[in-house]
Amino acid sequence: MSDIIKFSVSDLNLFYGNFQALKNINMKIAKEKITAFIGPSGCGKSTFIKTVNRMNDLIEGVRITGEITMDGVDIYKDMDAISLRTRVGMVFQQPNPFPMSIYDNVAYGPRIHGIRKKNVLDEIVEKSLRQAAIWDEVKDKLKKSALAVSGGQQQRICIARTLAIEPEVILMDEPTSALDPISTLKIEDLATELKQFYTIIIVTHNMQQAGRISDKTAFFLNGEVIEYGETEQIFNKPRNKKTEDYITGRFG
Amino acid sequence: MNNNAYKENLISRRKEYPEKVFKGIFLLSALVSVLSVIAIIIFVFSKGLQPFFGEDAYSFLEFITGLKWDPGNDVYGVFYMIVGSLLATLGAIVLGVPIGLLTAVFIAELAPKELVAFIKPAIELLAGIPSVIYGAFGLGVIVPIINEISPTGQGESLLAVICVLTIMVLPTIISLSEASIRAVPKSYREASLGLGASKTQTIFKTVIPAARSGILTATVLGIGRAIGETMAVMMIAGNNIGGLPTSIWSKVRPLTTNIAMEMGYASGRHQDMLFATGVILFLFIMVINITLTKLTGKLGDKGRSK
Ligand SMILES: Nc1ncnc2c1ncn2[C@@H]1O[C@H](COP(=O)(O)OP(=O)(O)OP(=O)(O)O)[C@@H](O)[C@H]1O
Ligand SMILES: [Mg+2]
Repeated sequence: MSDIIKFSVSDLNLFYGNFQALKNINMKIAKEKITAFIGPSGCGKSTFIKTVNRMNDLIEGVRITGEITMDGVDIYKDMDAISLRTRVGMVFQQPNPFPMSIYDNVAYGPRIHGIRKKNVLDEIVEKSLRQAAIWDEVKDKLKKSALAVSGGQQQRICIARTLAIEPEVILMDEPTSALDPISTLKIEDLATELKQFYTIIIVTHNMQQAGRISDKTAFFLNGEVIEYGETEQIFNKPRNKKTEDYITGRFG
Repeated sequence: MNNNAYKENLISRRKEYPEKVFKGIFLLSALVSVLSVIAIIIFVFSKGLQPFFGEDAYSFLEFITGLKWDPGNDVYGVFYMIVGSLLATLGAIVLGVPIGLLTAVFIAELAPKELVAFIKPAIELLAGIPSVIYGAFGLGVIVPIINEISPTGQGESLLAVICVLTIMVLPTIISLSEASIRAVPKSYREASLGLGASKTQTIFKTVIPAARSGILTATVLGIGRAIGETMAVMMIAGNNIGGLPTSIWSKVRPLTTNIAMEMGYASGRHQDMLFATGVILFLFIMVINITLTKLTGKLGDKGRSK
């Protein structure tokens, strides 16, 4: 079966000032699949994931060369960052709900994009929270502060908040690294559930997690993609010695 | 008894000695301010409440609701001064908070570094200018302008006071708001921008709401500064002897200037009545301080629960 290409990355280089954090990356990311990025700390996974929704634009002194297209459109040349980010949502490593009620958190995106009607917002909030598998836990405290729930719940609220803008793509940068195993499993289930409708890119340090949920895996090292392929193949028959060392835990 | 082992140790004892001395110095230093506050309260209140008790007492109701201040004829009414003080403060806050907040946002979020390096020292300088200079500026620049445009043909006015007080509260409001805006975690901004919000939307929907307790604190401190300001205000208020202000062109006589203008020569009941004016002012400041404590207390709670 052949995948539909969502993103196509060609010859991507990224510099923080003089430091080159991404080196000549070429990659095609499949639509409605889960793609996992693995690799040791500091190898450029977060940097790369942030080029996809142009969050790097916010950092001073960043220079990017090369091209990323989404559905064939260059996201740096032919799209503005704001409309890109409404199509490419992001979930961060640390749960970062706003210091507002749960309801207002989830309604934030829709409100920003001009939805004012109460009944429409109510619907979006409920639908998003249900999709994020958190509705039953918070439906009675929608007006309570989003900071007053557990970290795992906060993270699912953040996922709901991202789903509420109805993106096509969800970027997750180590979304479970701050969570306990049960919350982690919930979010993994959620990701597998969501991939029917969304293209998901997930950064993780957790090999089992990458193995469990992803369709494709890319192994990063020192700003380069060392190996990229079907998750099955990467974990069972890695072609590159460095990949094998890393996933078997023999890495340096 | 159980301290003995430690006390027998000569090295510890040698250390203990300056320890105690320093503790004493700390305590003494702390006492200076506490005792001063107590002394001032006792002094102001005992002098200020005196005219309303005993035989020949002045009616407190007449004092607090009176619209005329005429010591020569034994008439002491401060209601119009209270109104003047409150209106001047309100005006300064209504103008100063938006201007100050937008400036703070500009400095913290938008301005290029070179510009910040220029604006911040300017604001710090503004904070350091003695109030008599503000008064002179008001008298030399603002009052003549109002003179030109006022229907009363009179420059000393509520408007002049509001203008000068607005400038005077700006440094307080700007620096505190800026600090609280800078304290808003980066992750909130990232979350907002990540949802496709523009920079402006992020500022107004995320950053300012998240910084609101600091901004509120800044506002309350600004109120305190405005209501207590004396020197600058005295030079431009007009200091009428009676009558409620009817428009921004009216003369006013804030509570502070009433005291400052007459204390030098007043005696007897006249002097006591100036202290009574001080009591009123004191009550306002106390309300402001209690509000502030409540606010900062809340701020602390929030920090802890995170
Ligand atoms: N804002 C920045 N300015 C300068 N250098 C940066 C910046 N952000 C990241 N880097 C550098 O770029 C490299 C890649 O960082 P990145 O955060 O992408 O790593 P990562 O693979 O996500 O690591 P981790 O697994 O620890 O999150 C690192 O060497 C890092 O020090
Ligand atoms: Mg990272």
